[in-house]
Amino acid sequence: MKAAVEKADEKKHVDSGIQKGLRELTPEKIEKALQRVFRDETGARLKAYSEICVRCGLCAEGCHYYLSHDGDPAFSPVGKVKQTLWKLLKKRRRITPEELERVALVAYTECNLCRRCAMYCPIGIDTAYIISVVRRFCHLLGITPQYIQDTAHSHSVTMNQMWVKEDEWVDSLLWQEEEAREEIPSLRIPLDKEGADIMYSVIAPEPKFQPQLIYFAAVIMNECGMDWTMPSLPGWDNSDMAMFTGDMELMGRLKRTHFERAQALRVKRIVMGECGHAYRAVYDVGNRWLGWRDFPVEVIHAIDFYWQMLQEGRLKVARKFEKVVTFHDPCNIVRGRGLHEKARDIVRAFCPNFIEMHPNREHNYCCCAGGGVINCGPPYKKVRVAGNRVKAEQLKATGAEVIIAPCHNCHSGLKDIIEAYDVGMELSFFSEIIYECMEKPNAVQG
Amino acid sequence: MHAVYGFVVGPLAWIAFAVFILGSIWKVTTMVRSAKAKDGQVLAYWDFTYALRSIAHWSVPFWPVNSRRHPFMTIVTFTFHICLVLVPIFLLAHVMLWDYYHGIRFFSFSEGVADVMTVLVLLSCLFFAGRRMLLREVRYVTTAMDWVVLVVVFLPFFTGFLAYHQIGPYRVMIILHILFGEIMLAAIPFTGLSHMLLAPLSRGYIGSEFGGVRKARDW
Repeated sequence: MKAAVEKADEKKHVDSGIQKGLRELTPEKIEKALQRVFRDETGARLKAYSEICVRCGLCAEGCHYYLSHDGDPAFSPVGKVKQTLWKLLKKRRRITPEELERVALVAYTECNLCRRCAMYCPIGIDTAYIISVVRRFCHLLGITPQYIQDTAHSHSVTMNQMWVKEDEWVDSLLWQEEEAREEIPSLRIPLDKEGADIMYSVIAPEPKFQPQLIYFAAVIMNECGMDWTMPSLPGWDNSDMAMFTGDMELMGRLKRTHFERAQALRVKRIVMGECGHAYRAVYDVGNRWLGWRDFPVEVIHAIDFYWQMLQEGRLKVARKFEKVVTFHDPCNIVRGRGLHEKARDIVRAFCPNFIEMHPNREHNYCCCAGGGVINCGPPYKKVRVAGNRVKAEQLKATGAEVIIAPCHNCHSGLKDIIEAYDVGMELSFFSEIIYECMEKPNAVQG
Repeated sequence: MHAVYGFVVGPLAWIAFAVFILGSIWKVTTMVRSAKAKDGQVLAYWDFTYALRSIAHWSVPFWPVNSRRHPFMTIVTFTFHICLVLVPIFLLAHVMLWDYYHGIRFFSFSEGVADVMTVLVLLSCLFFAGRRMLLREVRYVTTAMDWVVLVVVFLPFFTGFLAYHQIGPYRVMIILHILFGEIMLAAIPFTGLSHMLLAPLSRGYIGSEFGGVRKARDW
């Protein structure tokens, strides 16, 4: 308990976004947000969760923060609910700015919404949902960490997460096409091809920081003989930080734009790149907000796509990836969408030296970056890294050389942990390994 | 004393059962109605197959991963809940009351078995109290309501045990036992004990989400 308080103190008053929001608060504003969230927007689910939690503490070991902090109860899932929801409902408009700051810090930076704890609660309470509701409340009050709020602003203005301008986006695609054509002269990244089978969408950090991933995807699409396209207009970015800040209205706009772009192109389905949270935004959050039980256009994750290509014999293994690999199960596509066995089929197809980490599949530890936590920026990096010592230990125990993590957030989070704890392992997306080891019939020989 | 006894087994018993039954109906229907109005997704994604799959897995001790991590807690909590529900229904003295007042007859436990089960409930309560005081993660979140619930559950079994073994003034003890039992019954819809009514719904819902949407196990 003491440690948690000290950590909160360390982080206090450093976040200009939260500070600005706190300065502008009035009891009336708080009351309005309370009414809106707890009277109008939530109902039976939140009420039932609040009533039936018997505070048995059995969720504690579901949380990587709790495990990494040697059983500090402030980091247990129910401990976080105590510091946020229960505090809000108890103090209501009398809550002090100091207390609200702690509420925001816990909700945004000490929970990855990974839902592992939902599998540890005997009565099935979804703590991630509770924390999401708290974030919604914080968003309405304007007490959101500055960095993640900036990405939300970018979403709002540009419909992508990274302030990528339209010409920069198209230019990045043309650039990657040009690069790839040196290897595969017939390769194209077809822009806005109406009626294509597949629209391929990515997250904005790909054109911004990792354009080579677009290159790899283009090679895989081309060499598998797919009829595909990428949109030049907004809707190309499938990421969604708004759902993590609690800005559901913006989140809805983003998902609508993504789906509508696919509909405008009349594609049969959308294939999303190797990202976890973006997929969650589609199957779990955005569709519901927009009133779709499922999707207006079929959407599959890259893992599903690669798996299908392997099954259909379109993707062929030219050589094996000999390094010893382990596989990290990203929360949003494994605990969230059950892609763990398909992922393992891909790993086994390319990597003969595969070691499981433990626990794995649905029980895997989160990367501690997801849920918008890493997007809260540098002020919270230490907390994030300290909160996932257990992941570093889990990785080290495998003795593998390469971690395959088919999720951007996981990559960034694991990278920090690998450095901080001297894990000494490389990170890889599936597309990197597939690109390296697949048959490329159209490639220039030599 | 006789009049008090007559009151607790008569009108008060009717009131307690009425509060329990009507309160439970109210609780579940208001929750379902609220879910319909505010949480459309709960009903949209509810799936009986996956709900029952989840409930079934969590009804078997040591099947869920977390129940294997806490073997003693698992044994105690299953024993406690089974005894807590079965003893009041199948205790010989209670079965005789049903027969005496309403002419309804059904199976009863032998007195020895019921006695052991009662002791198990009491020991479980002490174990839970111990957890609340000693385990950091439990102590940190424990509220006054948790203690109230624990005491409300403990007292009818404790006084029933004392009355059966004729420890202390029997008449006082039996009246207290009935009174505490009625309090416990009436408290179910309005306290943390409501998890008896709502836990199957929350378990079923998370099971539906995990099975239908997330294609993953939740145990």
